[in-house]
Amino acid sequence: MKDKNFDIKNIPAEHFEFASDRDISHDKKLSTKPVGYFKDAFRRFCKNKGSVVAAIIIIILVLFAIIAPFCTPYTVSYSDEYFAYALPKNGWFASTNFWDGCSKISVNETTFNEYYYAGAETGRYSIKNQEYTKKGDLYTFRLDSYEVNGCVYKNVSDAEYKNIQKYQNETGIQVLYPIVPVSKRPKYPQVQKKLGSYYYETKLLGGNVIAPVLEGGKLKLIYATHKVGESRRDEYDSKRIAGDGEKGVEYEYAVRNDTNWEVRINCYEYYVYNHTYVLKDGIKKPSFLFGTTSTGQDIFTCLAIGARFSFLFAIAVAVVNLIVGAIYGSIEGYYGGKTDIIMERISDILSAVPSMIVITLLKLHMGGSGHILVLFLAFFLTGWIGMAGTTRMQFYRYKNQEYVLAARTLGARDRRLMFKHIFPNALGTLVTSCALIIPSMIFSETSLSYLGIIDLTSGNLTSVGTLLANGQAYLTSYPHIILFPSLFLSLLMLSFNLFGNGLRDAFNPSLRGTEG
Amino acid sequence: MYMFKYILKRIGLMLMTFCIIMLICFVLIKLLPIPINTTIGQDSEILKERLRARGYYDPILVQLFNYVKRIFTEGDFGIGVNMPGYINAPVWDAFVSRLPPTVLINVYSSLIGVPIGLGLGIFAALKKNKWQDHVISTGVMLLISVPSIVYAFLIQYIFCFKLDWFPIMMETGTDYFTWAMFRSMMPATLSLSLGSIAGYARGTRAELTEVLTSEFMLLARTKGLTRGQATLRHALRNSMVPIFPSILSEFVAVLSGSMIIENIFAIPGVGMLYLTSIRVLDYDFFMLLSGFYCLVGLTAGIVVDISYGFIDPRIRMGAR
Repeated sequence: MKDKNFDIKNIPAEHFEFASDRDISHDKKLSTKPVGYFKDAFRRFCKNKGSVVAAIIIIILVLFAIIAPFCTPYTVSYSDEYFAYALPKNGWFASTNFWDGCSKISVNETTFNEYYYAGAETGRYSIKNQEYTKKGDLYTFRLDSYEVNGCVYKNVSDAEYKNIQKYQNETGIQVLYPIVPVSKRPKYPQVQKKLGSYYYETKLLGGNVIAPVLEGGKLKLIYATHKVGESRRDEYDSKRIAGDGEKGVEYEYAVRNDTNWEVRINCYEYYVYNHTYVLKDGIKKPSFLFGTTSTGQDIFTCLAIGARFSFLFAIAVAVVNLIVGAIYGSIEGYYGGKTDIIMERISDILSAVPSMIVITLLKLHMGGSGHILVLFLAFFLTGWIGMAGTTRMQFYRYKNQEYVLAARTLGARDRRLMFKHIFPNALGTLVTSCALIIPSMIFSETSLSYLGIIDLTSGNLTSVGTLLANGQAYLTSYPHIILFPSLFLSLLMLSFNLFGNGLRDAFNPSLRGTEG
Repeated sequence: MYMFKYILKRIGLMLMTFCIIMLICFVLIKLLPIPINTTIGQDSEILKERLRARGYYDPILVQLFNYVKRIFTEGDFGIGVNMPGYINAPVWDAFVSRLPPTVLINVYSSLIGVPIGLGLGIFAALKKNKWQDHVISTGVMLLISVPSIVYAFLIQYIFCFKLDWFPIMMETGTDYFTWAMFRSMMPATLSLSLGSIAGYARGTRAELTEVLTSEFMLLARTKGLTRGQATLRHALRNSMVPIFPSILSEFVAVLSGSMIIENIFAIPGVGMLYLTSIRVLDYDFFMLLSGFYCLVGLTAGIVVDISYGFIDPRIRMGAR
């Protein structure tokens, strides 16, 4: 260029050449899709089979908690004393010996007779299909927990008595059965609880066995009667059972009891009548998927409501903890020095307080204003410290890196540096600890309500822990009450643990590319 | 010398934390009115006078001064107000009488849990990625995830009820070293130990597998040690560095026990006392037990930190 010695500002046109495509080197377009941090984490998470299965189970459990309360006609406050301790029953399994609401029991002859003949009267068998095997003195059969009460004496008001008769006329279903006069009811002490089952004459055999008196293979009935055509003391004018009105004798279906009528009702049919005809709450017949508790609550509903509360609560607490912990940890980690030391001491002291003491103190002071708030505050007071610690560590790791320095040189402010440049690095670990904190929170909530320190049962709310605490007393006689809450809790914990482990590995950049 | 200084500093810090927590506790508790349940055959006025004589209706600062003074001069932690069986009786005596069941159950469970847990962990690490390892790892995962409340119920149902090996409830009485008592403590002990078995097995397996792949193991084999010798002398010792402190701290924590387990198996221990004190609102009991739990927790933490320095000469605690 020197030898040409021309004016640089006025280069003659002939010195220029058209550039061809070859001379311009473009950046090659990426032939593969770019993979971001989260996408990469997701891809690696999907490779871990166990975690994926766990994630699916968690989704199913969450769906159960969301959908189940809408699908069931029952509520938490629903309870029915006649159907307490009902076993799990699913209509589809009715013909099998599994999930049919029955349990196999072996009983003595007195109890067997009670169940057997009670079924013979109403056609609603307490003994499944009236099938039994006898071995020595013991009778073994499958007892239907939905029919176990058979008929019971009950006082109903005049209006209800009329209404039941109307229902019987309309549907042709027998709810009321003839009563037995008080003088004729059996006097044996061991049958007093089940008097409603005795409509026949009984005698005491050897070995304290109570058996029916049979006349030519037939039971000797002891119903209250009057002659046909006589005035009806029971004012009964509805469907009569088979054999009623024969030989000029009619049975009586009720007896005046002050202002009420004492009637003998079949529990099962009364339940159907009550729910389809009176309450009209969408319940067709008693059938509880997971059985009922000792007070007759539907376990399926209680569990779903409890689970929904647990999930919502845990997520709410986790989010609040995450936000507070992230801000606290960012300030600690970013500014360091004296700020860090003072803030660390504060969180040190807070974290040293046993959570049990925090909860107790809060409960003693604010127990009146709702236990949910107490629980929330208690979990919040100590919960954010872990998050703060994680964020602080990440800040210490990244705050002195070159790219932060570059950003600062370009004039970025503290706040922008903290939340735009450094904080995203901590997000992965924070998400993991969030996923791990949710099950531990559900577990603490469950154990606190199990121990009775926190009582979440109010109105239409209950908790898994309360179910466990109530069911514990019946562990030996009715294990199903405790089975389903326990199963739910175990499944939840297991899948959350697996899920959390998978998430931790996926978000750990040091493991990148180590597996396949 | 720096080690000694470090320990002193840690203990000082711990005491400071402890004092702050207890101070907050004390003030918060004393802000509440003292509820007195009148029971039949019990004159609440006598109790009230007793409390007044002890200065329970004075200003809080005066009460605090009295409380601390009584503890240090007379060993008096207050009197029971509503606690059934301990009304108008010193809380310290009640506390001491409830300590043995809790400690015994936890000691038994550690004695069962630590060896089995370590054994399983070592076995799994040596058989890494073979079927034995998979079986143990799955079992450990299950035990860690399933809450203790659930397997306590399972143990109660299967061992106490179905198989009838143990009584459902703990024996009453204070003969803690009879066979019947030992048997009745077993379900609770088992439930407690399952958790620690899983914890130790997982920790040991993780540590040992990491140590087994390190360079000095190769050197040990190269210099002529058999696999067994190398594992025993080099790998195992090194892998115990993080495990041993947690064993130590577990023996400190045996004092506090588990409230859930005590509740399920009706063990008349400290946890039960704490729960009752909350239920009947007996604040002197609550103060004593809170202090106790707090102290145990803090001590266990310190023991872990300090024992690191003693076990592993590479770790110089407190050094800059």
